[in-house]
Amino acid sequence: MSLLDFDFMRRALVAAALVGLIAPLIGVFLVQRRLALLGDGMGHVALTGVGLAFLLGTAPIPTAMAAAVAGAFLIEFIRYRSRTAGDVALALLFYGGIAGGVMFASLAPGRAASSLNSYLFGSLSTVAEGDIWALALLCLGVVAVVAVLGRELFAVSLDADIAAVQGIRVRTMSTLMAVLAAVVVVVGMRVVGLLLVSAIMIVPVAAAQQVTRSFRATAVLAIVLGLTASLTGLVGSFYVEVPPGPTIVLVALLSFAVLAVVAVPIRRRRREVR
Amino acid sequence: MTHEHPHGDETPATSDEVVGLSRVCVEFDGDHVLEDVDLSIRQGEFVALLGPNGSGKTTLVRTMLGLQPHSHGRVALFGRPLSRFRDWQRIALVPQRLPGASSIPVSVWETVLSGLISPKRRWRPLSRTQRAAAAQALTDVGLWSKRHERLDTLSGGQQRRVLIARALASGADLLVMDEPTAGVDAENLASLTTLLAGLHEHGTTIIVVTHELTGIAHLITRAVVLDPHSRETIVFDGPPPVPGHHLHDHVHHHESELGRPGVVELEP
Repeated sequence: MSLLDFDFMRRALVAAALVGLIAPLIGVFLVQRRLALLGDGMGHVALTGVGLAFLLGTAPIPTAMAAAVAGAFLIEFIRYRSRTAGDVALALLFYGGIAGGVMFASLAPGRAASSLNSYLFGSLSTVAEGDIWALALLCLGVVAVVAVLGRELFAVSLDADIAAVQGIRVRTMSTLMAVLAAVVVVVGMRVVGLLLVSAIMIVPVAAAQQVTRSFRATAVLAIVLGLTASLTGLVGSFYVEVPPGPTIVLVALLSFAVLAVVAVPIRRRRREVR
Repeated sequence: MTHEHPHGDETPATSDEVVGLSRVCVEFDGDHVLEDVDLSIRQGEFVALLGPNGSGKTTLVRTMLGLQPHSHGRVALFGRPLSRFRDWQRIALVPQRLPGASSIPVSVWETVLSGLISPKRRWRPLSRTQRAAAAQALTDVGLWSKRHERLDTLSGGQQRRVLIARALASGADLLVMDEPTAGVDAENLASLTTLLAGLHEHGTTIIVVTHELTGIAHLITRAVVLDPHSRETIVFDGPPPVPGHHLHDHVHHHESELGRPGVVELEP
């Protein structure tokens, strides 16, 4: 029996493709702004949303979304208010997110706490029919925002001061970037899991930038790597019967290692040409 | 956004003032970095903002561009109060380097084009004219052949030239440059000087923040010297000393005897 004969597997593949596409798309901006850990923090905060959903009996995706977006605004607020203490303040927020998530889930009736695991590391079977449409819509939103505002986001991540002197609203763009990261976290929550979803934002970008010479090429290659990692990782986890999150991230890390080796002769040749 | 009238971006015809500061104060944690600063820069001037480190020259520039909030006074750009100024494509800031260029590869060409990004063109792609201007600017700084290279693989002087091309591409008529000559070798310095002289000739207003005038002294039409230890922030404002006579020696001299009105010697 082929894996495509399973409805749940088809849905999981679509969800994996969606996150593989948009996670590196937002990741390039985060890495360029040196905010690689922002997505990580957002995942922790979203976990509180999931715990709350268990406790209140609401749908996990909208609740996690609300928590992550609230987290995005809070993080930008903290970063703006305290340049120096921002690092520690963010750490507090992240720990609070994890603790809150586990706490709420444990207080919730039934077996909520045990299904929290599938939110932490991803699962093949939890993507529901209705989820697919919600995830697709969110992805479409992210792609549309980047299509229109991507250049301004790029300018802000290159140098916030000169972006401001070009008339770009730096704070709005920073907040937008955090919100976009929050959306990616929620889209990747089911398949990759909240603890590892930010890896799919960062690892393909880190892998791609070893061999590229431009921002655009980095973004394109990172998306290709992200898609490849999330699809092959998902299929792999179907056969090996492990959670998909770790498998996807390990495939992405493998692409990093391969490109690290490939990059050496490429750089040498470029140097010789010059 | 508030546009009082349809042609809100137009500069009042009566004034050719590009930057106007009046009684501007800036404080950091209660410390007055700038105190009652009055400064008016007119179109076509080539101004050097001089002073030792910590004298507030960077703060002054950041304040006039709205990057640093001020506690008192008024700042105007092209005759409009800062809060109502929208014509940002008239201004280009040339930083010493781009902090974001070293985390993800950014090509030379992407760097130059990034100078054309504007919220006003959010819904439109770059026009052919804009791309042509960017190509011309990169050719003018002599780095067209490097357009596909990673910016951070170029030498410091070449990166500086790319950042200048970035500013030129936007067609700005006010150029604000942070230490344009610092760490630039002799060859790059010569091409930089030629470039700036050409811009100045075409009427571009240029403000350089620097602590050394090496190489560009003969281009300066006005020197503004800041001193953190004087009661007035600006201790000298006037034409630079005769070419060959090194203003920069005096600034250093002054720096070494803080508190003494050493800059008086600069008076022509």
